[in-house]
Amino acid sequence: MPHERSNRVIVTVIGADRVGIIAGVSAVLAEANANIVDISQTTLREFFTMILLADLGEATVPFDELKRRLIAKGDEMGVKIDAQHEDVFKYMHRV
Amino acid sequence: MPLPFSPQEIVETIRMVQMENLDIRTITMGISLRDCAHPDLDVAGTRAYDKICRLAGRLVAVGDEIEREYGIPVVNKRISVTPVSIVAECTSAERYVRFAEHLDRAAAEVGVNFLGGFSALVHKGATPGDRALIASIPEALATTERVCASVNVGTTRAGINMDAVAEMGRIVHETAHRTADRDGIGAAKLVVFCNAVDDNPFMAGAFHGIGEPDCVINVGVSGPGAVMSAVRQAPDADFGELASVIKRTAFKITRMGELVGRAASRKLGVPFGIVDLSLAPTPAHGDSVAHILEAMGLERVGTHGSTAALALLNDAVKKGGAMASGYVGGLSGAFIPVSEDIGMIEAAAMGAITFDKLEAMTAVCSVGLDMIAVPGDTTPETIAAIIADEAAIGMINRKTTAVRLVPAPGKSVGDFVEFGGLLGRAPVLPLSSYSSADFVRRGGRIPAPLQALNN
Repeated sequence: MPHERSNRVIVTVIGADRVGIIAGVSAVLAEANANIVDISQTTLREFFTMILLADLGEATVPFDELKRRLIAKGDEMGVKIDAQHEDVFKYMHRV
Repeated sequence: MPLPFSPQEIVETIRMVQMENLDIRTITMGISLRDCAHPDLDVAGTRAYDKICRLAGRLVAVGDEIEREYGIPVVNKRISVTPVSIVAECTSAERYVRFAEHLDRAAAEVGVNFLGGFSALVHKGATPGDRALIASIPEALATTERVCASVNVGTTRAGINMDAVAEMGRIVHETAHRTADRDGIGAAKLVVFCNAVDDNPFMAGAFHGIGEPDCVINVGVSGPGAVMSAVRQAPDADFGELASVIKRTAFKITRMGELVGRAASRKLGVPFGIVDLSLAPTPAHGDSVAHILEAMGLERVGTHGSTAALALLNDAVKKGGAMASGYVGGLSGAFIPVSEDIGMIEAAAMGAITFDKLEAMTAVCSVGLDMIAVPGDTTPETIAAIIADEAAIGMINRKTTAVRLVPAPGKSVGDFVEFGGLLGRAPVLPLSSYSSADFVRRGGRIPAPLQALNN
């Protein structure tokens, strides 16, 4: 059972592939001083899916504000962006 | 450093939260009021108010904080307290309505939508405090908004207190009629139990049991939508495979409850009690237990096979959930309320599910006859007989059963009652037209069954 308190979040971007998605998302994260730990791209069913692990240890904005900004950026680019705390996935998929 | 999760796992979680209504149904803080007793009812009530405001002052803020931090909706923040009959017993008051008003004020002050524990445990007999509390229920539920009441009338160990059952028939009837202007909503806040549990976080039947610590956090998870989606994706699975699919989903849902419960406990500095791994439906589309049963292959819930389908579902939910949490408790199973489940409402309105089938299904669901509207002219004796039947199912099967009936004033079969919000709406269902009055009038206790003699 995970006990350590990490401050990492998983950002997912789902939608049609287009130029500038990674740039747009990383700009929002950089502006918040969130460090991108890893990034992966895949196609699930017919959707382009980007998954990104970001560390908010040194972030200058709280998680909910960052999430709001990411969702707004997604709306602007026509893709669905979501961000959730890493613990959610850890609890659900790892025992 | 590679991603610690596969894309499939990540997308599955996102889908469960965003599309399948996975949420934490309630974070319920249990608070002991035993140290609030005082011979003056108002002093006791004020002490209770102060203690609740002190301990639960940050409950709603912390629930909202967890929702923001983890991105999982925390739908309700609630409070359960020591059965008030115990706390108020040393007063000379004949009615405890004033105490309920203090509780209502505290619930409003800390911002929770329901507070449970206006309760009495009378499965073997009633003390003066129990009698005063029960007599206060109709007025208390009519004059307060957020207080919920429950009475335990039987256990496997003690049998069924039929005097209390008869009395509760009258109380349910009066409670509904005192709130006649709102379709009898008072009765929606009153649960009559057999084998009530001490750590149930779900309303209206939550109370803080006498073996519990001073303050505790219990969490109720939900996720009928996620289970339904998983079942729909396995149309050709045989029953063994189907049970596995449900178990896996229940496991994942319950893990969220564990995560949130531990976070709430840490943030509030209050011990973590249990996760109640129930499937609790709401009137929203995609949040229905009935639709899970239909996804298993029943044309409509209530048809033949519904009891077997529910038994499989209830058991698989428990098995999956039991592995996922260190402490499982509460009611843990699948709820089958009528007015709170869109699939049940539809089935009841078209006559696909009957009162008798619902009663049969309560033998294998997590609780009992829940949120069922019956004709307003149903007699107290008939309500008592329904309570007795349900308590008998619980007593013999060593499980919690309950009755939350709304005899809707002025309404008859075919009419709809409208409560709104999470309580939903329901068609009035027909009952047997034959009398049970002479049976109920006998009084006394139904002795504890052979199942009780297991030492």
